Amino acid sequence: MNVSLVLIIVMAVLFACGVYAMLERSLTRVLIGFLLLGNAANLLLLIVMGAPGNAPFFQESTDPSSFSDPLPQALTLTAIVITFAVSAFLLALIYRSWQLGQADTVEDDATDVALRVRTADADEEMDQEITDDDDDATTDFLDAASTPITVLGNRDFSGLRDDAPTDRGRAPRSEPEGDER
Amino acid sequence: MSALVPLLVTLPLIGAAFTLVFGRRRRIQVAVSLSTLTAVMVIAAVLLVVVDSGEPLAVAVGGWPIPFGIVLYVDRLAALLVLVSSVVLLAVLLFSVGQGAADGDEETPVSIFHPSYLILSAGIFNAFIAGDLFNLYVGFEILLVASYVLITLGGTESRIRSGVVYIVVSLVSSILFLAAIAMIYGSLGTVNMAQIAERMGELPQDVQLVLHLMLLLAFSIKAAVFPLSFWLPDSYPTAPAPVTAVFAGLLTKVGVYAMIRTETQLFNDNDVNLLLMIVALATMIVGVLGAVAQAEMKRILSFTLVSHIGYMVFGLAIATPLAIGATIYYMIHHIVVQTTLFLAVGLIERRAGTTSILKLKGLMKAAPVIAVLYFIPAVNLGGLPPFSGFIGKFALFDAAAEVGTPIMIVLIVGGVVTSLLTLYALMRAWNLGFWREDGSEEPEVEARVEYLGDAPAAGVQTERRVIPRVMTAATAGMVVVTVALTVFAGPLYDICARIGDGLLEPVHIVQLDEDAVQTGAGS
Repeated sequence: MNVSLVLIIVMAVLFACGVYAMLERSLTRVLIGFLLLGNAANLLLLIVMGAPGNAPFFQESTDPSSFSDPLPQALTLTAIVITFAVSAFLLALIYRSWQLGQADTVEDDATDVALRVRTADADEEMDQEITDDDDDATTDFLDAASTPITVLGNRDFSGLRDDAPTDRGRAPRSEPEGDER
Repeated sequence: MSALVPLLVTLPLIGAAFTLVFGRRRRIQVAVSLSTLTAVMVIAAVLLVVVDSGEPLAVAVGGWPIPFGIVLYVDRLAALLVLVSSVVLLAVLLFSVGQGAADGDEETPVSIFHPSYLILSAGIFNAFIAGDLFNLYVGFEILLVASYVLITLGGTESRIRSGVVYIVVSLVSSILFLAAIAMIYGSLGTVNMAQIAERMGELPQDVQLVLHLMLLLAFSIKAAVFPLSFWLPDSYPTAPAPVTAVFAGLLTKVGVYAMIRTETQLFNDNDVNLLLMIVALATMIVGVLGAVAQAEMKRILSFTLVSHIGYMVFGLAIATPLAIGATIYYMIHHIVVQTTLFLAVGLIERRAGTTSILKLKGLMKAAPVIAVLYFIPAVNLGGLPPFSGFIGKFALFDAAAEVGTPIMIVLIVGGVVTSLLTLYALMRAWNLGFWREDGSEEPEVEARVEYLGDAPAAGVQTERRVIPRVMTAATAGMVVVTVALTVFAGPLYDICARIGDGLLEPVHIVQLDEDAVQTGAGS
């Protein structure tokens, strides 16, 4: 099987860049990393197709051995569609995260932080290492004045209906009745 | 009969389309979802009877000849798992319908829940009946994308935060899986599982090992096998109760299912059993130690979920027909019991307004029904005889003892310790939450669990809410199913044993046999 060395190098670089970008704290960079990884995987699928040839099913008379392998192309198309759908969802998620916290970073788990604080006395060096600059890693829009979009909560704008939360009661009920009623 | 096979996937997808169209009309949504899942359950039962008495069914979707097109392949394992998961999905759907009817109203339905839930079901069923690796990947992606929506349902801050962890980890595992598929295609020229199994022997052992480990890595992330399990206890507890229940019961098991196929059919000659055993032991012990250190019940359950995945990996690592059968029995037991426990905790959360075992008190008197609904699956998961947890573990240990090497003995001891610690974690919750008198001061008891005060979410208190009868009924139904697994353990175990025998015989794969193949026009 002859494959292009350039394609392989490009794929490797894409994988490396994708992994690097995914390790960032900013969600947008995670998304970019995911896109790079997805394209790298698609490229890998194309590489295993082997040497390119005629379009498959082009003519009845064509020699089948001159076709390029159609199956990886089908697989790649499917994978592209899936990557597309997932990145659309990720964009929505990033937007929501930014809307909630004015930052698109991966947030610390509050309980993780609590654990860290608890062990801080025992290990102060570790504490110094993690509380320094990491928390500043956020979007460029740090305060409301420089924020390009005004975030609308459901209370800011009467026409905006927040039909999201599911397990919150419409009105607080007076007494828990229990299951023996 | 083979015409029924594509319906397992297409019915939930069509149902999802309908529920999306009728997004603002809750009654129609509920009716469509319930009838779709019921239909799938009936079809799965019929298919199980058919394939158990005869040959497995292979359907070529779209009419392409078998090794080239998409193949749906139903054998005993696939049919049994589809049946069990449709029962679980139906019960959880009832639970969430009850919850939704109590909380929401006609103006603010979460219209996206039913479509996502049905698509999740379609993805799960598709993964179980996939006959080629790429279709398995597509099944995974369908269920994952639906699960992304469900885990961030409502878009609250805590759910977005934990959802991001879940999503990014899942993305990495999907990319790994896709890359593994590409490598397998590159080396074998096929993605059809039967053909892969046929041709795998021609590859050198080291190439086999690379492909094998890539697939296992991707599936282990999904199945939450230690050390790839840390995302699970972080992301599951914040989702709504029914969502957590169905994720805990089914999503990790889809990963385990893929591991079973990989170990038994695809890489029968390539042996990584020692690695699997070490990983299984670590999963069991680390998971259950996490559970003991938690104060919040959903987190306790998430950690026991991780630790019990270890039993299934253990069974796979033994790799005798007896052990594979035991693994499958254990998997079914665990799907049902873990879901039931999460539903019961959902009831506790509504009744008491908290799931922290430091704050729960006096539920025995206040809610005797919930007490029963929690106690039965809890002792079942803890492995007390005569319940199915005991039968499953006993079968696993029996299969391990038959091999009898020193590492098997170590694993059996590890399994027993894990089982006892699970029982300890669940019964401590029982003693504190149900048996402790409300309003009483027991400084001795308080001092004994004081160290849990630092555990995550130990002090969370939300409002108490009414429990609709449908929710209790759905949970009770699941408890009945867990008991049924015990009562009908004989016939069920026989089927599992037949699956175990069949999976380890390479000849068993009949997808390429022209007689068994009927081309059907599918989706």
